[in-house]
Amino acid sequence: MNGPLINVWRGFRSLVSGMRITLQQFFKPNVTVQYPHESIKMPERFRGHIIFVRDPDSGKSLCIACKSCAKACPSECIVVDGVKREGEKKKSVTEFKLDFTKCSLCGSCVEVCPADALRFSKEYNLASPTKGEYVEIDLVRRLEADKP
Amino acid sequence: MILQKDIERLSAGSNETFVLNLGPQHPATHGVLRVKLTMDGEFITRAEPVPGYIHRMHEKMGENRTWAQFLPNTSRIDYLSAMAYTHAYVAAVERAAKIEVPARAEYIRVITSELNRVSSHLVWFGAFLLDLGGFTPLLYAFDDREKILDLLEGLTGSRLTYCYYRFGGVCNDIDAGFVEGARAFVTYMRPRLLMYRELVTDNVILRKRLIGIGFIDRDMCRRYGASGAVLRGAGVNYDVRRAEPYSVYPQFNFDIPVFPEGDCMARYLVRMEEIAQSLRIIEQALDGLPEGPFLAKGVPRMMKPPAGDYCFAVEAARGRFVVRVVSEGKDIPYRLRLRTPSFSNLSLFEEASRGMMLPDALALMGSLDLVIPDIDR
Repeated sequence: MNGPLINVWRGFRSLVSGMRITLQQFFKPNVTVQYPHESIKMPERFRGHIIFVRDPDSGKSLCIACKSCAKACPSECIVVDGVKREGEKKKSVTEFKLDFTKCSLCGSCVEVCPADALRFSKEYNLASPTKGEYVEIDLVRRLEADKP
Repeated sequence: MILQKDIERLSAGSNETFVLNLGPQHPATHGVLRVKLTMDGEFITRAEPVPGYIHRMHEKMGENRTWAQFLPNTSRIDYLSAMAYTHAYVAAVERAAKIEVPARAEYIRVITSELNRVSSHLVWFGAFLLDLGGFTPLLYAFDDREKILDLLEGLTGSRLTYCYYRFGGVCNDIDAGFVEGARAFVTYMRPRLLMYRELVTDNVILRKRLIGIGFIDRDMCRRYGASGAVLRGAGVNYDVRRAEPYSVYPQFNFDIPVFPEGDCMARYLVRMEEIAQSLRIIEQALDGLPEGPFLAKGVPRMMKPPAGDYCFAVEAARGRFVVRVVSEGKDIPYRLRLRTPSFSNLSLFEEASRGMMLPDALALMGSLDLVIPDIDR
């Protein structure tokens, strides 16, 4: 039996079941986060752009300027330079620049670092009206300025 | 439903056709796919897909970087099932370098790949129904997908381009929180599937738009090399997880959904059933999760697999994905070939859409579940 009345009945039934599910949704908690007013806390392993880890004793960077990160980077967006100062065992970093416009946030640099001197920033509101701000993220200067 | 005699009557009446550009910026093509349609009124006489708008030379990029440096690329070929794609690449290289992967790592790979498959199918579900004109299911689907993305973000640090697998294992171990979250998701998702069934699958309008539309038979699938839900929706029981078992899939109990009808509804039902089967696999893998290391020891930092030609296939969300690597024993691959499922699935569109009405052809295209970067790669 496939008369028009059956069709109307079937259509009506699926309309009612659809409306019932939609109505149930009214009594469920809200999932939307009102973004500019509230924001979500980033998880522990969130991969933002890289920043230096501060040595708790000296307050300086742990980086030994070995350039492993620059070699591991698939996009060649890291430039590192360092000097060996008098009386110090390891090299210390003088320049560490990240071209964030090329970075794909893969985390190879953090993984490869032998001194564990790099970590991910939790900053994610990365937007700027000028390109220059992200072409060169100067990690050394950021550490000195104590930016997160 | 269009009858053959309608098509004949309409095409006999006039010889006038016009060209209609679908895309590259059309909401129904989900990206930058362009299809040149030659139309006879509302009917398609010829459909010519024009890919290439998002070609990024992934294969060529593989030839000028080290083995490990290609890892981030694998998540960007098919961004919706990044895990499976990374799996194929690392497994191909592991096969080449003869690296034994610890059991725990294989279990973690299966759990994350299946979670990723569910999230990919949820995107398809929402977008497909959006193509058909139903907006609400997309919101439900994205709400569910959000839970998977949160889980995977907590584990890998990224929401879409995970880059989580490494040669010989995975880069982070899963913790009790993740296991608990994944279990909670499985229990949460099962009633949601029943809800989808009631809201969408049993809906009269959807059934009228999908049943008997867009026939793809098994012969056509064979000719074009279609795989995944397109193939299983045409009645062929082929799933790489069963046909060429890899990882620890043989240890799990799951069914391969097959529907012989070959129309849009069959492909729709295959994917919906696959979500349920993926949940089963996740549950079993969480129960049987062994202790132990998550990364094999002694994997060199600079890979130099012995010279040779190696292949590895996985069942990605869209079908059979194959990575072929040719090594010369150097630190960079000699050749890296990617066989992506969306490309083969798209190529049958021209034949399958002939004589269809435009809105039906869009239903057919949606049911193929195309990801455009996967076609162009």
